Order: sequence, then structure tokens, then C-alpha cells
Amino acid sequence: MESCVHRIEVHYITDPRLKTRTSRIKSLGFPVDELHLIDVYTLATCTRDFSGKELAEIGAQLINPVVQKFLVDTPTRIPFDYAIEVGFLPGVTDNVGTTARQTIEDFFSMKFGEGEAVYTSQLFLVCGTLSPAELRKLATTLANPLVNRVLIKTRAEYGDKGMGTMVPVVHLNELPNADPVYLDLDDEELARIGKEGIIDSRTGERRGPLALDLAQLHAIRDYFDDEGRMPTDIELESLAQTWSEHCKHTIFASAMDDDVPRGLYKTFIQDATKKIRAEKGDKDICVSVFTDNSGAVIFDDTFLVTHKVETHNSPSALDPFGGALTGIVGVNRDTIGFGLGAKPCINFYGYCVGDPESDPALFRGRNASMPILSPRQILDGVVRGVGVGGNCSGIPTPQGWCWFDDRYVGKPLVFAGTVGVLPREHAGRNLSEKKAEPGDLIVVVGGRVGKDGIHGATFSSEALDPASPVTAVQIGDPITQKKLSDVIVKEARDRELYRSITDNGAGGISCSVAEMAKECNGCHVYLDKVPLKYHGMAPWEIWISESQERMTLAVPMGKLEELMALMQIRDVEATVIGKFTASGSCLVEWHGTVVMDVRLEFLHDGLPKKHLATTYTRKTYPEPDAPCPDRLDATMRSMLGRKNLCSKEFISLQYDHTVQGGHVLGPVQGRGRVQSDATLTKVVPGSKKGVGLSQALFPTYSEIDPYLMAGAAIDTAIRGLIAVGVPLDTIAILDNFCWCSSDEPERLGQLKLAARGCYVFSVAFGTPFISGKDSMYNDFSGFDAEDRPVKVSVPPTLLISSIGIHPDVAASVSLDAKIDGDLVYVIGDTAIELGGSEYFAHLGATGNMVPELDVVPLKARYARLTDALTHGLVASAFPVSHGGLGTALAKVAIAGQLGMDITIPSSMRPDYYLFSESLGRFVVTIAPDHKREFERICGLDALLLGRVAGKNLRITSDKLLLDLPVAELETVYKTPFRGF
Amino acid sequence: MTTAQKFSQSTTGKTRSHGPAKIDEKALIMSGFGINSEMETKEVLARAGMDADIVHINDLIAGRMQLSDYRLLVFPGGFSYGDDTGAGNAYANRVRNNLWDDLLEFLDGDNLVLGICNGFQILANLGLVPAFDRHYTRDIALMPNRGGRLECRFVSLKPAADNLWTKGIERLYCPVAHGEGNLSCSPETLLRLKRQKMITFTYCREDLTPAYGEYPWNPNGSVEDIAGITSADGKVLGLMPHPERAMEFVNLYDWPLRKEEMRRKGVPVPTESMNMHLFRNAVAYFR
Repeated sequence: MESCVHRIEVHYITDPRLKTRTSRIKSLGFPVDELHLIDVYTLATCTRDFSGKELAEIGAQLINPVVQKFLVDTPTRIPFDYAIEVGFLPGVTDNVGTTARQTIEDFFSMKFGEGEAVYTSQLFLVCGTLSPAELRKLATTLANPLVNRVLIKTRAEYGDKGMGTMVPVVHLNELPNADPVYLDLDDEELARIGKEGIIDSRTGERRGPLALDLAQLHAIRDYFDDEGRMPTDIELESLAQTWSEHCKHTIFASAMDDDVPRGLYKTFIQDATKKIRAEKGDKDICVSVFTDNSGAVIFDDTFLVTHKVETHNSPSALDPFGGALTGIVGVNRDTIGFGLGAKPCINFYGYCVGDPESDPALFRGRNASMPILSPRQILDGVVRGVGVGGNCSGIPTPQGWCWFDDRYVGKPLVFAGTVGVLPREHAGRNLSEKKAEPGDLIVVVGGRVGKDGIHGATFSSEALDPASPVTAVQIGDPITQKKLSDVIVKEARDRELYRSITDNGAGGISCSVAEMAKECNGCHVYLDKVPLKYHGMAPWEIWISESQERMTLAVPMGKLEELMALMQIRDVEATVIGKFTASGSCLVEWHGTVVMDVRLEFLHDGLPKKHLATTYTRKTYPEPDAPCPDRLDATMRSMLGRKNLCSKEFISLQYDHTVQGGHVLGPVQGRGRVQSDATLTKVVPGSKKGVGLSQALFPTYSEIDPYLMAGAAIDTAIRGLIAVGVPLDTIAILDNFCWCSSDEPERLGQLKLAARGCYVFSVAFGTPFISGKDSMYNDFSGFDAEDRPVKVSVPPTLLISSIGIHPDVAASVSLDAKIDGDLVYVIGDTAIELGGSEYFAHLGATGNMVPELDVVPLKARYARLTDALTHGLVASAFPVSHGGLGTALAKVAIAGQLGMDITIPSSMRPDYYLFSESLGRFVVTIAPDHKREFERICGLDALLLGRVAGKNLRITSDKLLLDLPVAELETVYKTPFRGF
Repeated sequence: MTTAQKFSQSTTGKTRSHGPAKIDEKALIMSGFGINSEMETKEVLARAGMDADIVHINDLIAGRMQLSDYRLLVFPGGFSYGDDTGAGNAYANRVRNNLWDDLLEFLDGDNLVLGICNGFQILANLGLVPAFDRHYTRDIALMPNRGGRLECRFVSLKPAADNLWTKGIERLYCPVAHGEGNLSCSPETLLRLKRQKMITFTYCREDLTPAYGEYPWNPNGSVEDIAGITSADGKVLGLMPHPERAMEFVNLYDWPLRKEEMRRKGVPVPTESMNMHLFRNAVAYFR
């Protein structure tokens, strides 16, 4: 269709990034002398052409002439050996292209028409001698085949014509319809529909997994038999989305064995919160839990804060950047979609990946086809994705973590969370409540719908295998979402232009509209009204597409005009696609034909109940037999340099953690810049209060004892907040279960124990669960280099995230030792509890004794420490966690760039004492003047270990164990990820 | 409701009053298309004694709001257009293509303009700095950081000129959070910037000695450690770091250590940070 194509190439006269870019590529092992980068804009128009003069004007708009030059329809000429051009595949979001188009439209006061666009690509000009294999590998490092197209040319092929033009336009022409699907099939054929999808009548190929099991397909067949007709493909796809593990959490909802008839979620999570809320009485901190897009707690009399942590694992395995970006901007929408619209104010991240120095030869396809991405590629991509999401949206990202284990090579876990802030009331309206009314219009606001993200919800409910759909990958556009977010939470909400709002996340509008339809009992959608990125999409695709940056509003008729006018002047697309009704049905029309008519009760509650059976066999592992080394200097160096204990500051540095002006305690602390376990952020200007965030996970404990694993995560997540001065009674927690092989009774047995642990320990601490999410099939099924089938499952992983309110941030403390001569204490007892510990991993063992947890004395201890903190008696506090007391002391010393003289009790094996991971402990430093008062408050719990002194960390028991300069420890701590 | 009230976005929360009373003149804080620091910028100006309206650029373009109603124009921090086509470039194009005449009129008046981070990038692309001889051409560039990506950390800034913005300031200590802050210009431009005393803040070490281009004190590779410059007439300031993000003592990176030191010396712990000084200076211009 496009007839006029022009190519503008932009380069720096002297590229400031050349050195870093080249050295990063060299560090990955490529023999590259220089790696130049040219930005390419391809203009494709059909209704008008641009003259040479106009193209020069366009070029001038795309550069800064002080440092950049542009060339129109002329290839860049610099010395190089190979050219690699990386663009987007058709239909993939091209944010830079969109901005360039808008600039051109603005400049010429014109609009690009249908099929006209600006496409961007990056042209890498490589100097160096590379083999064809190295060149191909370099291309896969620079590009992802799932979202990018790549063109490679040698210098000779490039010649004086350059790369030529490529226009990645989506060609879809016919107007597809909804097809009936025949379900009167034998069980084997029926099961194939569930596993591989409906056969497309045009292509003859399966459309991708519905993730419906046989029992569910039978229920659907029975329902439509009663209706006296066949289901349409859109109905079947819609039910698959709504019933997916991702959306309905079938495993957490199902009855389990004889003792959990109401299911894990109701029995262990929801009931824990109910019991805690009842016990707290008028001190209840919960506002809205489990029912909305996020959970919320009281901040003060005027505001509440929300929190939600999502996972985005499967997409991140395929496209780490796009997957992680979509994850973070998606959970931002869970904030905007809370109540009538909370403002996102803190982002949170967590990554479980394989060792980035490893490069396992695993393949998604047979015959060494479709290799998995290396852990390094995955780490780089997800780090960048969450960074771009938060940075571009103006949301600070102070809090997060990274955990390495080779069992995450096939499927990384990517956690993304967002805290929001919302006034409790506005003009007499309770902002945490919403309800669509019959007659309200269904308005979709934000981005347009494309084929991206189709089958995302059903896909993440399945293990990753060769049939994983590539359209499940989406790339977010944070700026489109920023415009949407601003207009909702800063304008439309308080002008009361809508009655209900929800996010279009997994399942797209099929889930958001059907979910909101529950509030009024019905909806009527005109699917042909939905604005599309390109023509030719089938109704089922439009209905379930997970294209990003969209939200759905319920707008009263009387407010429609004002809402649409507001959206227009804020450059946010808004479209009425139907209305909410009280009909009891979800009715969808496509160009005048009803293509879906399913009763809401069947859609939401029709899925057959399951009764799951579990088994559990406690595993035992050999204990390590290494004797305690005579000196522990070398041991300490190894421990501090372990990837799970060392600094990952390169992540904190590239995440803006100061925007919105609320930074109090950040991701790195002290002169020595040590990463903290908790951060503190002000979210309401003028208030003394702040929001504390922390988290914990102990995947290495899971195979030994899932019950205590949950306990360790809960205690540690809480303790991180206690250390900065957040009182226990303000703390709430969130659960994210990322399990594996959840069709195996043993795995379900571990799950049940972990869930029981969640109940017991959260109730004991009095910290309610306010939100949670589970992802049950984090397994990779593929092949090794010899084409043998391989399954890699993640260790059962439970992330507990914590949120609490600090009453006066000026009284909080950071983790770094402050002043020479201060006293160093450990609070809490140390036992020989090294099962699954970092120290045993260092010794090559697993062991069996994971830390026990007795909450009652811990609660009293935490109250005492809070008391000491409130009285200003504490100069620094740091929770003892992974790596034990030894690494905690080292980190406190490194952070303060101050030495310590420490004497530990000689009653226990010193290496075990220093690296045991017993729970409930803190390292605290205080001014000597506060000794009496501090010891009076903390009592026998606080053991004086020594003082802050000199330049070395010295540890003695009955003999000198360790004597190392803190400067050297700092180097060891910071070396592993230098250059990342 | 007046148009101004209707289209200016409200902020939530209370403001503490410090120092002398509010002035009558108002500031206009630009917003829209990915600008994201408008709320804290409004807050810091309020604390310094000047009320501000946050105005979406589309409301100025459509004439619903008038630049001429204001005395201080602020381009705050953000990621306008996601830094696509160069940081600040696309937003500058939108301003130049739609608001240029209004802006020239504003610059001719006795008014001030402040651009922070993305705002500085916008000012540079508009040619509002350095604007030698009132020629609004692009003479400087804020290139990608030497490290090749965004970096967020606290930096120390030293005043390098004696002008309305730096009066009484000894040191600022505030975060940078940008991917493109590496100031570059021709040797001739640099010479003029120096000769006309337009280099206003430079990156320095904690003891106020120069960073000499060394990382991390100079976080981005900026020539001559330049963190901020004014226009030739001194009324426009562009600054890469974010003083508005550390208006309180507890916002400073090293506050826990400073607090402990002050308490032991018996020195009262402040509530406000030194960064407020810059905004007070801007407001003082109108008193």
C-alpha cells in the first residue's frame, strides 16, 4: 500500500557511548574493535510524498546538530566490516517511530493516514574480524528473533547502496468472523483443543493453547448442549481466559485432600487475614483486601496506600526486555485500577535467574533449534525492562532484589510490584469503592489493540515448551500509559467522570469487561467499535488481546461528553465499546451479529470444582563434613563475593529511585554504598510518615522444609521493616507463590505445607495478607544439545513482600556503622541452623536444619527494638538474613567504611556461628553513651559483640579468626557485578 | 470556576510554610507527554514562597491557558516522549512548532525560566540556553552519559558563577537521574560560556574541589564538569541534577550519618535541606 519510502540515518559526530558499548560487547567475548550505532527512521507514506527540502526539515527535527548529523536516502559511510540492522517485526510496538511520526505531523500540520507510519531500526556497524558464526551470535545478542527482524551485510554487500529499506507493515486483509467450534469429539481430540488450541478454519493450524483440561471442556460442552447450539471460537477463547489458572487460580481454589476442603487460598490466606483483622479490632489496618486490583492499608486519616506484586515469568523467558517492561507497567495499572484510581508512587522488582556466567545449552525445539536465552541475556533484558518502565513513568524504583540459582535457567521469575497512594475520600465519595451501574457506558481508554499478547493468560498457565506462542510477547509503551495514568488519577477521578475502572491485563477486555459486568450483572459489547492497530483481526483476537496501556471505565451517560472531551485534549484515545446491563449475560456483537452470549454465572463460576490430592515425603540431604577452617579470612571473602550476597548496585543505579521527591532510605546506604533490605519513601508531601518496603524469599529451604521456608520469608520480610523503625502493628504482607509442576502430588504437598506456614506465621505476627498472586507451572520442557528431552523446574519459590508505615521518618535509621567507638550488638540468638544456607552452598552441601521460628519471643523483641529506635538510641540497624551474622557485620562495616573489633562466643563452631541463618536477628550499633538505656530496653536479647574501631574487620572467639581491611571487603563485595 | 482553576491540575497534601510570605507572582509548570516531576516542583516552589499552576502543554497550545499570566516558567524533569529522538527533543519540537511566539514574548519580559533535567534538555533543544545575543539556536547538546545508560545517584554541586540563582549558595547536594546529561559544545561556545560567566553549577567532590571529569563525582562525562548553565542574560537556568527532589534534610543521601554526627555534637538537626536555597533565590527575584 505504501508507495513512498524514505530512509533517514542519524549518527553522532563523536559518539559518547562508543567506548562503553564496545567494551560491553567485548566483555561478552566478541572480537569487536568498534561497534557503531546509527539510528534509522523509515518513513512510509502513500497519500503524499515528502520533497527533498521537507525530508531535510524532518531530519533536522530528529537530531541535535551540535553533536549529530543525518543523511536522507544515503547510506552512512564510515569504515566498518559488517553491518547488522535490527528493526521490529510487523505489528511490534515501535515507540520511537510513534514519537517521530507525531513530531512530523506537528511540524507539517498533517496527519499520517491508514497504513502510513514511521518505523525505526538500529544499524550496528561493526569493526573487527568475525567468523560467520560469531556474526550470527552477535546478531542474536543485539536482537531478539521474537520481536526483531535482522539484516546482516558485509561491507562489500553494503556497497554504496547501504541496507536498503524495510517496511514492517502488517498485511491482513479479509474481514474474519467468529467460527462455531464443534465439541462433540472423543476425549483425545477434545484434550488436544485444550492443549494446542482451536483449529483455525483459514490456516488449518492450531491457534495456541487454551489451557483447558478435559473436565472443563466437558462442562463447556454441557453448557452449550443445554443452550442447544455450538459455542463460537470467541466464546471458547473467552472461557479459557476467564477460567485460566492465571485468572482463576484454580489450584489455590480447589479442595485439597481431606483436610483443606475450602482450598488453600480461603483456608490459609484469606482466613489468616480475617482472623488477624478480627483480633486487631479497631486497630485493623486493612482497607480493601483481595477483592480489588491491589490490596490497601491505612496510611493516615486522609490517605491509604496500596500494594500489589505480580509476576511476568513466561513472557520474560522469551523476551526479557519486553516481558519485564510489560510486567511493571502492567502492575502500575493494577494501582491505577485500584478503587477509583490510586497514583503509582513506588515500584518494586525481583528477579530469579540462572548464574549469569553460565551459558547452558538448552533448546525449546528439537535438533538444537530455538535455543533458550542465556541467563546473562535474560538478566540484562529484565533489568532494563523494569528500569525503562519505572524511569519513563516517573515512578521511583528503590526496592528490589536479585536471586541466582541454576534451576531458574529455563524459566526466570520476574516479580514487579507497585505501591499507590489514594485519598480515602473526595467530596464525600469513598475512593476505594466502585460499582458499574446498568446503563453505564463501557469506555476503553489508552492504546489500541493489536495481535500482541494473545494467549498470554492461558500461556502463563502452561509450562514453557516448543508450542509456546510467540504472539504472547508484548512491548509496553510507558509514555502512552503515563498520559493515561495522569489523566485518570490527576483529573478524571476527582471530576467524578466514571463509576468504575479496571485494568486490561491478562485476557484483555474479555476479562476486564466481564469482571466489571459482575458489579451490575451484565454487559453488551460492540466488538467492531474497539480501535485496532491494524485491520483484519478476528473477533476472538480483539476480545482477548493483551495489548498494553488500556483500561476500561464505566461511565454514566451524563458524564460521557465531559470525559471524551478531557481525553481528547490530553491526547488519550477513548472509545465507547458498549454498555453495562443487568441482563445476567455477557453479550458480544460483531458487525451486527451476536458472536458471544454466555451467562455471567457460568462464565465466572461454571468451572468444575477440582479435588486435588497431595503427598509429601520429607527429603534428607547429606550434611557437609568440612571441618572449621583455622582462619576465616578466605571464607569471608568467598561468602561476600557470592552472587546472592554481593552488591548488585548496577541495578539500583540505573533505576531512578528519587523521582517524586520522597527518597528517605534508598536502595544503597552509607559511604560504602551497601544494598539495603528495606527502603523508606515519603509519599505524601508535608506528612512526617513514610512507606517502608521490604521482602524475603528462601527458595533454597523449599526442598528441605516448605513450612519453615514460608516462616523464614515472613519473618525476614517483617524484620527488614522493623530494622528501619517501622512498628509491627502497621505491617501488612503479600504472597507470591511461584511453583513448579503443580500437577504432581509431591509439589502440591510442598505447596500445602508452605501455605499452612503462611497461615500460622502471619497470624502469629498479626501481619495480614492484603494481596497475592500465584504462578503454578514454572517449568521448562525442551531438549539438550544431544536432543534428549530435558525438564528444568524452578525451586518452589515464595516471595513475601512487606509494607508498613513509619510514623516519623526522621527517626528512622540506616544500616551503616556511623562513628568510630560505637558499640556493636547482635540482637537475638544464633543456633546451628544452616540447612539450605549460603554457607552450606559454599561448601557444596544442602544440609537439613533450616531455621526454626518461634514467633512469640520475636514479637516482644521487635517491640523492644522499635522502642529503642523511637527513643533515638540506635545509630544503625541491619537484619541478619542470607549469609548470617558474619556477612551482616561485614556489610554494616563496609557501609560505614569503618572497621570493627568483634568477639563472638566460643561455645559454637565459629564458622557455623558466623554463617548460620537463624531468624529473628539484627546487627545494631549504638553510641557508647546510650549503652545503659539501650541494654535496659533490649535486655538479654542484645549481646554486645564489640565496637566500631579502626580500618579492619577483626573477629575473635578464643583466638583470632579473621582480620581483613574493610576496603578489601568492599572490593570483594562489589567485584562480581562490576561491568554489568 | 475559572478556566485557570478548571484546567490546572490539583495536588494533594498540605504545604508547610517556611520563611517569608507568599509572593503574588505565579509560576507555570509545564506538564504532559511524559513530564513527571511537576508535583514535587510545585511543592518546592510553594515552600519557597511561590504558587504554581501545573499546565498541560495542550492547554497552552489551545489557548485555554496563557503563558503571559505567569512570571516563572518551569520545564520540570521527566521523560517527555520517552527520550525518543533524543532527550527533550520531541517536546522541544512541540513547543517550537506551536508556542514559539508566546515564548519569545515571555523571554522579552522581566521573567525567569527554569529547566531541570529533562527540562534542561528541552531548553537546550529550544536554544533558550545559551542564547548568546538572544539568538535561539542549538549551541549545546546533552549527549548520552559516558556510561551509556541512566544513572541515579546523589552529586555535589558548586556554584561557578555569581548570579541571581546562586546567591548565598555554598553547595547543593541532590540526585541526578538521567541518561543524557553529558554536556557537549564547540570550543568557541565553551569559551563564551566561561567568558560570560554562564556556567552556573559544576559537579564537584564533597569537599567542593573540582570533579575534573572523574566518575562518579562527574556522573555523565560533562565537559568542564558542567551541571547547569544560564542564558547569556542570566534569566534562564538549565540544570541537570534535581534539587527539587531533595528539599528536606531526610531526602539527602547521607542524612542518617549527618543526623548522628549533629546529635552527638549537640547541633540541632535541620528539617530543610540546602537545596531550598536555589528556589528561594528564584522567588526572591520577584520580591
